[in-house]
Amino acid sequence: MTESIVQLDHVSKTYGPVTAVDDVSLNIAPGEFVVLLGPSGSGKTTILSMIGGFTIPSSGTVTINGEDMTDTPPVTRPTVTVFQDYALFPHMTVSENVEFGLKMRKLAKGIRQQRTEQSLEIVGLAGFGDRGIHQLSGGQRQRVALARALAVEPAVLLLDEPLGALDLKIRHQMQDELVHLQKNLGVTFVHVTHDQEEAMAIADNIALINEGKIEDYGPPDRIYLRPATLFTARFMGESNIFEGTVKSSREGTVTVGTRIGDIAVSGEGSTGDRVYVSLRPEQICPVTESAEEMIDIGEVRIGEVIFQGTHRLCRVVNTADQTEKPIVFRLPAEQQPRTGDVMRLHAKSSHAVLLKK
Amino acid sequence: MNWLRHFPSTAYLVIALSFIYLPVVVLVLFSFQDGALPVFPFTGPSLQWYEKMFGNERLVESLLNSIVVAVLSSLVTTVLGFLAAYGMARRTPRFAGGIRFLLMAPLTVSYLIIGMGLLITFNLIGIPKSLFAVGLGHVIINLPLCFAVIYSQFGDHLRNIEWAARDLGANDTQTLLRVIAPIMKPSLLASFCLSVTLSWDEFIIAFLLSRFDVTLPVIIFEMLRAGLTPEVNAAGTMVFAISMLTIGVGVIFMFVVAREKK
Repeated sequence: MTESIVQLDHVSKTYGPVTAVDDVSLNIAPGEFVVLLGPSGSGKTTILSMIGGFTIPSSGTVTINGEDMTDTPPVTRPTVTVFQDYALFPHMTVSENVEFGLKMRKLAKGIRQQRTEQSLEIVGLAGFGDRGIHQLSGGQRQRVALARALAVEPAVLLLDEPLGALDLKIRHQMQDELVHLQKNLGVTFVHVTHDQEEAMAIADNIALINEGKIEDYGPPDRIYLRPATLFTARFMGESNIFEGTVKSSREGTVTVGTRIGDIAVSGEGSTGDRVYVSLRPEQICPVTESAEEMIDIGEVRIGEVIFQGTHRLCRVVNTADQTEKPIVFRLPAEQQPRTGDVMRLHAKSSHAVLLKK
Repeated sequence: MNWLRHFPSTAYLVIALSFIYLPVVVLVLFSFQDGALPVFPFTGPSLQWYEKMFGNERLVESLLNSIVVAVLSSLVTTVLGFLAAYGMARRTPRFAGGIRFLLMAPLTVSYLIIGMGLLITFNLIGIPKSLFAVGLGHVIINLPLCFAVIYSQFGDHLRNIEWAARDLGANDTQTLLRVIAPIMKPSLLASFCLSVTLSWDEFIIAFLLSRFDVTLPVIIFEMLRAGLTPEVNAAGTMVFAISMLTIGVGVIFMFVVAREKK
């Protein structure tokens, strides 16, 4: 295992009777872009805040750069936080903001100016130094906050939902820039967000947080395609979840009896277990010739069709059980199904994921 | 016919405003009286009473005393109010609610009671009746308001700004002086102006706690006891004008606060 730059070891945080973070262990390698992803109130910001030193864990240790920093104040940590509201100093100009950390570190004036200019250039704000904060747009303020944090050359940059307040177009642009910046500088980024698309777009590894625990940890494609838990499958985009009971199990394959019939899926389980099988909408398609082993979903009647540019999202009419969520699947944009059309659907067995609660 | 429909409400407004402002208007008007008595008919305008007032050495001296007391006591009050508000807003000490109540409670106590209490206490610990004692009294009566004005401006947005400053290496003093105080400048100035106005025309505490050097309201009181002259009107007009000026400056800063919050 490579040396970790940030290491959380059985970290918990309780506020009175409320547990915000529950026994979390996490290793972050140097130069990694890690996203803490989760719904609001899941504890992801508390975890970030414990790495940054603004929150002291109730138990467990936080190790940064090989040193135990569990109780160390933010200033002595090699981390800098970029806050959700940017927390810029409104009475200072852009360069004064960026220079602040360098001034506090008592660096010589020449070095301060040089590094301030450098940082502003890195974030694409060269020449903006004399502007006031009030004169900047949201995206520009975001860049100033980044430049201010990067100027003090942290080993780990902590970003607390930094793109949350930006509109969609600038958000996408900033995502690209963050990744670009992170790869160029080689600084470790820990980024908090509740937006799973943002997480997938920027992360090397995603830590999916739910109710104070790490629900799943891994690269975005693995988390999306092979979610480890039911929560992950539901949180990472749309998913068809078929609840069922294990009917038989042999050689790493279980057969699950569900509302659409028996599904054979790889995994372990003993007869009688309550389990779930997950299939992404894009993994379900109308029946065609296929050499692979397929799951037959059966005939369905199309309910709603939503055109989404690259594809059409179809929701089928629920026939059997009204309490189950209707199956959703994608059709290519050039096909034009109509409400009421009947078609037979299937999916590759290898795409199905067996989940336990 | 529209004006007829609005007539009762308009008349009410005029009467109400007259009730509030007529005494002031009369006071100001008769300070320009050309004669010995501030009574009808008005014979001015004349500046003779202003001339006489500024020739009155004791009055001019008290005017300067008033300014010194108002400015110095307000400086102290604003600094104390700022520190109290910062502590209450950021450190959330235990019993925060109780402490806030104790900070605000003097607002409800009459100046007479506070003045008497101060008189007895100063006597006990040996602080003589003086302008210094008056200044201390003014700090006590103005602190609740200054605290309230400044405390109301400590929003949550400041919390992250303060954290950012500390994260970047600022210590307590640096955070307070270089980041928090400059951001709070409008409300600090507003609270300072408010305190100056209140101290400037405060009478009861100034009367009870001063002896040889006195403030302007005390002199005006003495002049009134001697009888009504347009000179008293002139002094009163000046007190009024300076109050208005200070409040005006304060209001401008308040607007700056409001605009920056948008």
